[in-house]
Amino acid sequence: MVLKAFFPTCCASADSGLLVGRWVPEQSSAVVLAVVHFPFIPIQVKELLAQVQQASQVGVTVLGTWCHRRQEPEESLGHFLEGLGAIFSHKPWFQLCRERGSKSWSCKATHWQGPTSHAASGEDQVMLIFYDQRKVLLSQLHPPAVLPDRQAGDTTASAGGLAAVFDTVARSEALFQSDRFDEGPVRLSHWQSEGVEASILVELAKWAAGPVCLLLACLLSLVSAASACRVFKLWPLSFIWSKLSTCEQLRHRLEQLTLIFSTRKAKNPAQLMRKANMLVSVLLDVALGLMLLSWLHRKDLIGQLADALIPVADHVAEELQHLLQWLMGAPAGLKMNRALDQVLGRFFLYHIHLWISYIHLMSPFIERILWHVGLSACLGLTVALSILSDIIALLTFHIYCFYVYGARLYCLKIHGLSSLWRLFRGKKWNVLRQRVDSCSYDLDQLFIGTLLFTILVFLLPTTALYYLVFTLLRLLVVTVQGLIHLLVDLINSLPLYSLGLRLCRPYRLAAGVKFRVLEHETGRPLRLLMQINPLPYSRVVHTYRLPTCGCHPKHSWGSLCRKLFFGELIYPWRQRGDKQD
Amino acid sequence: MEDEQSFSDICGGRLALQRRCYSPSCLEFCLSCPRITLRSLTAVTCTVWLAAYGLFTLCENSMILSAAIFITLLGLLGYLHFVKIDHETLLIIDSLGIQMTSSYASGKESTTFIEMGEVKDVVINEAIYMQKVIYYLCILLKDPVEPHGISQVVPLFQGGRRQDHLCIQQKVSLGDGGILASSGRQK
Repeated sequence: MVLKAFFPTCCASADSGLLVGRWVPEQSSAVVLAVVHFPFIPIQVKELLAQVQQASQVGVTVLGTWCHRRQEPEESLGHFLEGLGAIFSHKPWFQLCRERGSKSWSCKATHWQGPTSHAASGEDQVMLIFYDQRKVLLSQLHPPAVLPDRQAGDTTASAGGLAAVFDTVARSEALFQSDRFDEGPVRLSHWQSEGVEASILVELAKWAAGPVCLLLACLLSLVSAASACRVFKLWPLSFIWSKLSTCEQLRHRLEQLTLIFSTRKAKNPAQLMRKANMLVSVLLDVALGLMLLSWLHRKDLIGQLADALIPVADHVAEELQHLLQWLMGAPAGLKMNRALDQVLGRFFLYHIHLWISYIHLMSPFIERILWHVGLSACLGLTVALSILSDIIALLTFHIYCFYVYGARLYCLKIHGLSSLWRLFRGKKWNVLRQRVDSCSYDLDQLFIGTLLFTILVFLLPTTALYYLVFTLLRLLVVTVQGLIHLLVDLINSLPLYSLGLRLCRPYRLAAGVKFRVLEHETGRPLRLLMQINPLPYSRVVHTYRLPTCGCHPKHSWGSLCRKLFFGELIYPWRQRGDKQD
Repeated sequence: MEDEQSFSDICGGRLALQRRCYSPSCLEFCLSCPRITLRSLTAVTCTVWLAAYGLFTLCENSMILSAAIFITLLGLLGYLHFVKIDHETLLIIDSLGIQMTSSYASGKESTTFIEMGEVKDVVINEAIYMQKVIYYLCILLKDPVEPHGISQVVPLFQGGRRQDHLCIQQKVSLGDGGILASSGRQK
């Protein structure tokens, strides 16, 4: 295999010295982490490397020599460099060389056989691969390569040679802690040697995060304890809470906030990203909610909305009444059964009349209620949207009732019809065997059964028409609520922090690497530049998506049509923990 | 050393294959796809604008014409940035891996790198397209779970979709087969 030497671009202009890094024998590659400059005492260098090895569990050793010179080397320097190979023995021993001010590099790797058999040492072809140390240190590979547990820095698996390079650089932070202003015994060159990177704001935030998290965690635990108290578990209240999507959304947000402000540190980068995404999502939500609130108050929209609400509800009720009058007549030219038509029509009209009375009773309090509800927008835009969805559900409650009445009636009719149709053909449903069996009926059973069948068949168009009309209305309301819920889910689950990171610091989220061949001269080693290939946006969203409330329609189109045909009630979304009806 | 040959794809467009050898362990193949022609561009623009003008005479709304201009511009930009591939490059580095780069007409480059440890083999697959059989190169990737299984088949040079690689397969497979064989022997 060709030998590969990963060399950091920051050391390309450093003075001559020793190459320090890690040798990966399975990949035949040497990852150079830093350059130790002359003068140095070999014992101190060995001590430093032992310290770093203990702190970072990475097998850091001296790999070879680095020579950055002005003209042709003198003989003494050549011997000196080779003598170093005897002090820090490493197989293979790399000798990198660069002429100052030019782009020509030379690289040799020798297998040091011993001082006597100098002529028998072999030289191998070496490929130089340059990498940006800071970017490789900070980036995370996706999917994260699972490297096995290591003992003293050796990896036994062939898990991606490049994942090993990233891992080596990421774990060797201990080596990069000293810069050139430190008065240590050994002078190193690496990406932080011009000065260790730090930010005052980040340090202050870290220092302040402890007490703030503790305080907020206590507050949130108080709120969760209050909401879990027994008063709210009594039957009418618990039923209402489970049906309102606002409560679901508030519970979801409370869970997220508890996770963000918990005092336990994140165990791995994925959890840290999740926390950051949740925090940004909550902040954006609150910001949008406050914007909505200020817009509502500026134009006094709440007052206008309250004034418009009663006339709108009246208008909807009037339209429904017109619809029922139309159904009671000859809708679309169809001839209805007069008696049943009148009964159903009058029943529904009375229902609408009751509903209008209730709305008029509530009208003095509407503005107050709306004002308080509008205040809840400062908890977030998602909460405001959930409240809107709940208000729509409450205002169209009569449509829901009509749909249930129509569906039940239709369902009963369909079941009766199917059973009597079997009787008509002389068959019966065998409950024990769960199949249709033939059966001999008495004459009077057949007579009554056929009569009832005929009655039901002739009443079918009326019931079916009422069912159709109210189902369409109900589906319309469900579609509107569904769109609102879709928007809420989008705000809840979009990983904005990850998307922002991908936009501003694309090297942090790496899908892989890419290579570029640098200027090549014959006789010189091949030089490649390794750059980070950032993750595409679709994969960022897919990997870091936050979990939502989970209220998604669980039916396929086929089962939905089947339910509609047989008159079974449709619940478009199920809250968590609801029983099937 | 460089080497260039030209071929034609099954639709008659001109393809050019360029081969560069940087060193005994590094080889690059560059396939240039047929360029976008002025004739097709003019045809599409004229069709869109005639349709828009027809709608305008029906509806008497001048927004339709502005909308048609926007659609044409955005459509052209989208086509150049996301669809039209200018040239594709295959870079094979001994014992490191295989890199495929697609350069789009707007200058965007999208790169995929497959490490040598994941490559099982490079094969030529047959596919039936309309009434003929076309051949294309693809890379077989190893399955991490099953040692003899294949986890994925990655086709190469997908830019001009209906390219027939039969004429260029020999050059590419001879070139990279050598590197793959040598790295396989060393493992």
